[in-house]
Amino acid sequence: MKHEHEHTQPPSDPALRIKALESLLIEKGLVDPGAIDELVDIFEHRIGPRNGARVVARAWVDPLYRQRLLEDGTKAMANTPQVHNVVVCTLCSCYPWPTLGLPPTWYKSPPYRSRVVIEPRKVLAEFGLAIAPEVEVRVWDSSAEIRYLVLPMRPDGTEGWTEEQLAALVTRDSMIGTNVPRVDAAATGRGK
Amino acid sequence: MNGIHDLGGMQGLGPLIREPDEPVFHEEWERRTFACLILTLAGGQYTVDELRHSIERMDPARYLSTPYYEHWLHSAEDLLDKKGVVTREELARRAAEIAARGRD
Repeated sequence: MKHEHEHTQPPSDPALRIKALESLLIEKGLVDPGAIDELVDIFEHRIGPRNGARVVARAWVDPLYRQRLLEDGTKAMANTPQVHNVVVCTLCSCYPWPTLGLPPTWYKSPPYRSRVVIEPRKVLAEFGLAIAPEVEVRVWDSSAEIRYLVLPMRPDGTEGWTEEQLAALVTRDSMIGTNVPRVDAAATGRGK
Repeated sequence: MNGIHDLGGMQGLGPLIREPDEPVFHEEWERRTFACLILTLAGGQYTVDELRHSIERMDPARYLSTPYYEHWLHSAEDLLDKKGVVTREELARRAAEIAARGRD
């Protein structure tokens, strides 16, 4: 356990509140202090969009896996030349944790949740993603029961790439549907 | 339940702000809140539906003006108090003790 030195200034309101709650939960034997650090470590370092990227890359190279994913995986929505999918949780913050980790702040923010269902093309343009007018945009509103993962299209010019190379192209946002995998982004090491 | 959480289609909630290379948690209290909530949920103190319902009953102005994990903190405090597991009085007393120690 690490102890922080916060004696110089009083903790902010939620910081003090959670310290009080955590200490009472531990005292009452309802929470194990070691489990707190373990859980934080799992979500900061072990579960994240790289899990989902491996799923997508496998689906690109293995048609049977792709079929299984689309048929009975956690709801995976496949982009096609005719349809672009994007995911939101208008009511709160539902998100596929096992494949993407915890959601970014913008996904949970009122502007994204309110706007993407009424002006998805405009919101996607703000992410740098221009959707051609002839392509249908489908917005999927998650719930406590159903969480969606977008299966993006495999970019052109990636013939013969290994699964590992392909997975490196798959960004978090491309699996939410607010972006698409780009070969140039991967080549320059950028791309969120 | 209809309420402030039902944001789909609302207008005027401001621009979409994104943070490049955003960390999983921004502050230590967010880490602790996340973990305490998940562990008490796993421990059977409440269900996911109860947590959501508690967040949906937040004061609307506070719902919109507080960071995300403060919603979680609110629901944990609210439900644990209602169930008599950790009361508001205990929380207030402990918070005062911790704050007093911090001022030493």
